[in-house]
Amino acid sequence: MSLSKIAEIAVRYWPLFWAGTKVTLLVSLTGTIVGLAIGLVVGSVRAVRVEPRDGAGTRLLKRLVHALTSIYIEVFRGTPMMVQAVFLYYLLKPALGWNPMVAGVCIISVNTGAYMAEIIRAGIQSVDRGQTEAARSIGMSAMQTMFIVVLPQAVKNSFPAIGNEFVVNIKDSSVLSAISVTDLFFQSNGVAGSLFLYTETMAVTALIYLVLTFTTTRILGAIEHRMGRPRSSFPASQTIPGGVSPADGVAPAGSP
Amino acid sequence: MEPIIEIRGLKKHFGQLEVLGDIQFSVAAGEVICLIGASGSGKSTLLRCVNLLETPDAGEILVHGQDILRGKMDVNQYRARVGMVFQSFNLFGNMDVLKNCVVGQTHVLRRDKEEARQKALYFLEKVGMKDFLSAAPDQLSGGQKQRVAIARALCMDPEVLLFDEPTSALDPEMVGGVLEVMKGLARDGLTMIVVTHEMAFAREVSTRVVFMDKGVIAEEGTPEDIFQHPRNPRTREFLSRYIRR
Repeated sequence: MSLSKIAEIAVRYWPLFWAGTKVTLLVSLTGTIVGLAIGLVVGSVRAVRVEPRDGAGTRLLKRLVHALTSIYIEVFRGTPMMVQAVFLYYLLKPALGWNPMVAGVCIISVNTGAYMAEIIRAGIQSVDRGQTEAARSIGMSAMQTMFIVVLPQAVKNSFPAIGNEFVVNIKDSSVLSAISVTDLFFQSNGVAGSLFLYTETMAVTALIYLVLTFTTTRILGAIEHRMGRPRSSFPASQTIPGGVSPADGVAPAGSP
Repeated sequence: MEPIIEIRGLKKHFGQLEVLGDIQFSVAAGEVICLIGASGSGKSTLLRCVNLLETPDAGEILVHGQDILRGKMDVNQYRARVGMVFQSFNLFGNMDVLKNCVVGQTHVLRRDKEEARQKALYFLEKVGMKDFLSAAPDQLSGGQKQRVAIARALCMDPEVLLFDEPTSALDPEMVGGVLEVMKGLARDGLTMIVVTHEMAFAREVSTRVVFMDKGVIAEEGTPEDIFQHPRNPRTREFLSRYIRR
């Protein structure tokens, strides 16, 4: 392995590496976002518990949904994504007529969704029970409580784990080259095969992956840091957006 | 006077443990009822049954004569009319002070945003928290959080406001401010049920004191009855631990 060879490959085949990088980023970002959406739905559904007041029908429905989501999560977390990709791509190709790119995005999304569902469920369980009780005590429904009070805090608490899924997807989307998704690994493999210089080519590939994950990790860290920071200190300047300020010296209208 | 809430034959078990055994209890408009008793006597459970945070095993809870446990009454609508202030405040952690007071009004009572905001400002001023509208809950002290929690409950215009040991989690120097707010509400004629260990507050503010022991109401009466002339030996024993004379 020679450094000059590595540099030469990087410069000469840059358009191919770049094209692959764009596909990798597109697939992993879309997969993470759609996966998060799936995880939010599945995770919140799984956090719903059977309550003493529930009727027989509601109980049955809750148990059924729980069983189905359990199967989904176990199957997708318990098998390799490469196997899922090849299996589902060829299984559904006659029915859907999908191309590798569409199939790849769908599979990585569904796969990520299974992981996200568990992240979100754990996030929901980390929110203090008092939050739910307070929401119910002012008359919010179970749905309102979940979407207005619990889920926003669950997502915030699980942000590091959610971000980590994106980093994992940048790397693991490489297995989608098994169904000819033209990602960074697929393109690299093409370059390496035509030159028969696997070591040197993959050194370039590894470096690009490293830059992607390193940058992503830093960006996510910065976002996390911002989220944890208090908005301002109090008592703050006494301005009330668009309304009465204490300088007016009058009590606001709308007293009961 | 016709009671707002009337509880008949209420029972509650947690597993094998009987927490409440056959409770009869009613609340009329304008009453300030203090529930006192040792830890584990069932005070908090009774309070939590009143707004259905706990589901009773047996008995009836009549609200203006309608049974909410069996009837087709909307539980969420009922809860909106019975406010609750918790020992651990439970302000919504993802909302600032103003939003905490507005969200129930807009999403449960369907008030328009401006009306809800004005109402929130009115009550936040009343509890002395108007300068903290955009503060996050974790920027506030315990006493400040509890005053916001009281304002949040008041914004729903509750018929009855329940307090579950509202000062027990506070630093001693914060207790006074919260009790002052509660005294003000009592003077304004708000109907309140207060689970408390603050005997001075119970004596000064309540119109009726209920002493609970081992899951039943052992004695109830005016503050004077309970504190000056307790008849039940259990009441005497309990009070002697709080009041030295």
